[in-house]
Amino acid sequence: MSKRPMTPLTLSAYTLVTANGRGIGAVYQALRERRSGLKPCDFEDALLKTYIGRVAGLEDFSLGADLEQFECRNNRLAWLGLQQDGFMVAVAEAIQRYGADRIAVVMGTSTSGILETEHAYRNRDPLTGSLPPWYTSRYRYTHNMFSLGHFVRACVGLQGPAMVISTACSSSAKVFATAARFLQAGLCDAAIVGGVDSLCHTTLHGFSSLQLLSTSPCRPCDEDRDGLSLGEAAGYALLESSERVGRKGAVALLGYGESSDGYHMSHPHPEGAGAIRAIRQSLDRAGLQPSDIDYINLHGTATRANDLVEDKAVYSIFADGPACSSTKGWTGHALGAAGITEAVIATLCLKQGFIPGTLNCERVDPALRSRILRENEDRPIRRVVSNIFGFGGNNCSLVLGVL
Amino acid sequence: MRVGILGVGLLAAGLEGWPTGREVLAGTRPFDPCRVPDPDASLLPANERRRSSDCVRWAVQVAQEAMAQSGLDPHEVATVFASSGGEMEVLDKLCRALATTERVVSPTLFHQSVHNTAAGYWGIATSCQQSSTALSCYDDSCAAGLLEAVTYACVEERPVLFVAYDLPAPAPLNGARPIASAFAAALVLTPSVSQALAIADVTLTAAAGRDVSHAFSQEFERLRLDNPAARLLPVLQALAMERRATINLNLLDDQRLIVGVESCRT
Repeated sequence: MSKRPMTPLTLSAYTLVTANGRGIGAVYQALRERRSGLKPCDFEDALLKTYIGRVAGLEDFSLGADLEQFECRNNRLAWLGLQQDGFMVAVAEAIQRYGADRIAVVMGTSTSGILETEHAYRNRDPLTGSLPPWYTSRYRYTHNMFSLGHFVRACVGLQGPAMVISTACSSSAKVFATAARFLQAGLCDAAIVGGVDSLCHTTLHGFSSLQLLSTSPCRPCDEDRDGLSLGEAAGYALLESSERVGRKGAVALLGYGESSDGYHMSHPHPEGAGAIRAIRQSLDRAGLQPSDIDYINLHGTATRANDLVEDKAVYSIFADGPACSSTKGWTGHALGAAGITEAVIATLCLKQGFIPGTLNCERVDPALRSRILRENEDRPIRRVVSNIFGFGGNNCSLVLGVL
Repeated sequence: MRVGILGVGLLAAGLEGWPTGREVLAGTRPFDPCRVPDPDASLLPANERRRSSDCVRWAVQVAQEAMAQSGLDPHEVATVFASSGGEMEVLDKLCRALATTERVVSPTLFHQSVHNTAAGYWGIATSCQQSSTALSCYDDSCAAGLLEAVTYACVEERPVLFVAYDLPAPAPLNGARPIASAFAAALVLTPSVSQALAIADVTLTAAAGRDVSHAFSQEFERLRLDNPAARLLPVLQALAMERRATINLNLLDDQRLIVGVESCRT
């Protein structure tokens, strides 16, 4: 790894849709007012005793005729995300500056539109067992992992390189690392990064089978935490080199770290070895010391294992220095969209001088040694670390800061 | 961007392993795609091998072949796994279970359904803690993966293992994504070109149309077009023939990856 810190990448536009609302204003207000987006599970006909962070209104509209082939819950959520916070205008301006072929699209998802495939399997031909034609002709545009990248590229009219990264929960954190490399290598002049993950039966019943779903709204870092709550989200950021767009006071990506546990598909490494490696790398790339960090947005899923192991990793690097909290109590765990969700929340914290205290954490687990924040704090902060860890032992940490 | 190629892995019907597969690609051994390989992916711990999908075994097989040839310690090597559809066999089983009234899902099957399952199993098999990325770009997943891997090697100045793989989906999912034959290939890439078998110069360029490589044997053309991972075949053939070649890999409709391959053995 190079010793020189990376060139910061300005987030010249960003947007987010979660169960808390549409756009950064709604999300920020919910954070301030400590209003959770988690509600008892009412997703389709899923009969699970759990809470979910469902984005309201996704069932109430269709994509326009020109985007009809992409029609599915995941892409409707992707579309909704693109309409918020003037993001489309910012991209149009970037196209004016650089050209449509000089802007990359790097998206993350874990679910893509698998819900369409689930529905298709319920509608198999009773004689032949084949899937309905309305589904097979649109697999490419709905369930295939790249459909999200294809859709975003089509919506905003871009012609640059594109791909979808799908590394389970770390997907839309890793998009920042890939985009940073593309920018440094000169493959593009700007990049749209983001993530969209939507509720489906695969993840609801899958996490239920792993006995990782809480029956109440998730309680990250609480001594009685008993599992996660699933959510869905769409978020985007437009990244440009700070040397080109500068803007003092803007928020930028200062560093990233990527690692693997090399340990187990669904259990974290017991000592958090992979997490430690990712966090250290992100600090190194930013040219920062642990003491330079004001706030850590934890992965904090509220499973027994994650919060304990993450705490070990965080404490081993930061001791009880920076304030730490998880925002999963507001949004639920948006899986492949968790990275962008928490990167945008970190950006809001930096912009507003605000740290959210961990929602639903009534008594911090005494086994945790990091400085877990329970109540919101208003104070200027300059640098935030955001942790995301996923299945397959795939870890990514981002450092975001004010220029 | 310039990288050295230190190792190659290859697996397909009639192209079983690089030592014989390269002879087939070079035209010195007949191409006989009758027998479908059944890789043992010996690097996987016995437990993991028993549970793993064909997809994982194919990907790990070519990965371990390329790593062994490279002589590098897998602990030190980051990975990029590219696949259009990933674990289609697992997704079929999951969606079947979810279509029943009970909806009982196997926890093992669920954690094997992620797109980074093969990447995760490789990490477990090698205890590797380096960066690992799994991605898709539909028909152009191979070009996207190669771009990600080459960029990683050059920007991070670290070696990287690139694996491209796609397997036929079981019925009825094959109706949504018809792929007739399985294909997996791997390259170990380094930012340094010393000791390399070959050098690859990779350029990304905006280009309209879907121009493909012409310097390529027609007998492999059906396989190349059938399976997204097999889009790497022209690069592999140039390596097999130890000749200088320029190969265009399409990346979506409007970008092209130009791969200049030059053998270091001549």
